[in-house]
Amino acid sequence: MTEAAISVEGLRKKFGSVVALDGIDFDVPAGSVFGLLGPNGAGKTTAVRILTTILTPDGGRAKVLGRDVVKDQSFVRASIGLAGQFAAVDENLTGSENLRLIGKLTHMPRHLIKARVDELLERFDLTEAATRPSKTYSGGMKRRLDVAAALVHRPPVLFLDEPTTGLDPAGRADVWEMVEELVTDGTTVLLTTQYLEEADRLAEQLAVVDHGKVIASGSPAKLKATIGSTVIDFGLSSQAAAKRAAKVLIGLTTSEPIVDGKTVEINAKDGAKVLPDLLRALDKARIKPTTINLREPSLDDVFLALTGHKAEEEAA
Amino acid sequence: MATVTVDGTDSTDSTAPPTSLVGHERSALSWALADGLAVTWRNLIAITRIPDAMFFSSIQPIMFILLFRYVFGGAIQTPGIRYVDYLMPGIFVQTIAFGAIGTAVGLADDMSKGLIERFRSLPMARSAVLVGRTTADLVRNVWVIILMTGVGYLVGFRVHNGFFGYLAGVGILLLFSYAVAWGFATIGLMASSGETAQLMVFPVLMPLTFASGAFVPVATMPGWLQAFARNQPVTAVVDATRALMNGGVPTGEPVFRALAWSIGLLCVLAPIAVARYRKAV
Ligand SMILES: Nc1ncnc2c1ncn2[C@@H]1O[C@H](COP(=O)(O)OP(=O)(O)O)[C@@H](O)[C@H]1O
Ligand SMILES: [Mg+2]
Repeated sequence: MTEAAISVEGLRKKFGSVVALDGIDFDVPAGSVFGLLGPNGAGKTTAVRILTTILTPDGGRAKVLGRDVVKDQSFVRASIGLAGQFAAVDENLTGSENLRLIGKLTHMPRHLIKARVDELLERFDLTEAATRPSKTYSGGMKRRLDVAAALVHRPPVLFLDEPTTGLDPAGRADVWEMVEELVTDGTTVLLTTQYLEEADRLAEQLAVVDHGKVIASGSPAKLKATIGSTVIDFGLSSQAAAKRAAKVLIGLTTSEPIVDGKTVEINAKDGAKVLPDLLRALDKARIKPTTINLREPSLDDVFLALTGHKAEEEAA
Repeated sequence: MATVTVDGTDSTDSTAPPTSLVGHERSALSWALADGLAVTWRNLIAITRIPDAMFFSSIQPIMFILLFRYVFGGAIQTPGIRYVDYLMPGIFVQTIAFGAIGTAVGLADDMSKGLIERFRSLPMARSAVLVGRTTADLVRNVWVIILMTGVGYLVGFRVHNGFFGYLAGVGILLLFSYAVAWGFATIGLMASSGETAQLMVFPVLMPLTFASGAFVPVATMPGWLQAFARNQPVTAVVDATRALMNGGVPTGEPVFRALAWSIGLLCVLAPIAVARYRKAV
């Protein structure tokens, strides 16, 4: 399918003097999972809020299923589901009451609500807890209920804003499985995340956002290829030593070494293979690293490679 | 208005995108009512799920009844009316006015927990969150007034103007409580959390309820305070309720004043709350 389920063109939003979105563009093909990857404060939530009609943009255009999110609000609202950054369930209501409420508020025909609620409770493994107030749920259960609530009216387009932030590894794995299942239903999913690993696992296409701008986009494989698939960190005794080491290592891998304090970071296509070459070069120059660390690239590495600066923490 | 086909059959074709189950076959007004009712239902359920909050919020007004009836009451002169009959309408107004704190706290909590964000992404009526909150609080106030009437009877309060006088008084009280709730809704939407909302409404409520004719005759206050006490809504509503429940005095003028205050407040406060809601999140 080539038709875009979500298309965003030059979207801008300011809060006072804070520029949250500085003209972002991306397209999400129907039936695919798209990842918006970026650090805290990048503008991910603002983008999701505009696409879900909660905020109006200052400039640019956004469409869901071909309809403008500002001019065609009622169509867009009827076609989307949203699970925001924090699990938005009513803690005093039971799991099934929460879902029934959404069924009523999305104007589903009454006779369909009960069957749909039972189906979702079953699917999200909440049938047993369905009659308990959701304040008794664990963090993972609340998240599942929250996502179930976004799906009650079976929206063809789903927005998940940092669906796994704050979850333990088991909860995270649950959410991942759930998203993968949704795609087999044909749902278009836009998810935001701070974790490269998550975007890599779930998204077919992604856009990396920083300071309200898309700084890179493409498939996760393509993005990782541009920065190398492994990161090697050399810890050195001083910053001066780190700078000298970086000079020695230039040209040995496809990417430039980056000095960060007393560490030199190198991105390589195949870390294990190039490591002996790197060590030999350092040895020749009589530089002895204190630590050596081989790992998968993180969001921080992507940022370092793409912008030359670390992903800064800003107000959420 | 966009129309989306309602597809009752579950499509199992795995390649077709899901069909939204959203229906639009009713008029906007009837949906607004249905949505308001759905949110009211949700808020009422929430109230019953925290019975301890309901219990402890009833204790405070009961303490006030006992305090004024037995501790201060003997020192307060109310010509032409027994103090307990003078007091109870004041207690009713004070209790429902303070009860509106629940409106502010409820909305502030919904905001901070992201519920309002979700509601705003749904194809529901824009008015439903505020209508549902204020209406649920209205229902709660019916219960509160019944309870306080019962406690009042135990300490000697009597209605001297018949059942319809009492009902008319309750009507005046409920209308006023509804107007106050819309005012407090705005405060709730502005507060960053339920706790902050509670702190914000207190300085509004204290002078309105105590510098009024709720517990002591206004005539006993210093002149500058009388000017305030005579011309504020709590006094107007207390006077009307007292006249309706106790009888023996003309009711026309106080009832008119109370209605004018409540309707006037509602007409001013509700649009402010709605405007605030549109900008919320
Ligand atoms: N309602 C708001 N009022 C003021 N500033 C905001 C508001 N929402 C977001 N911002 C600011 O806009 C920027 C982007 O925020 P956000 O979209 O929440 O980023 P993210 O979701 O990627 O963490 C941040 O600098 C944030 O402080
Ligand atoms: Mg965010």
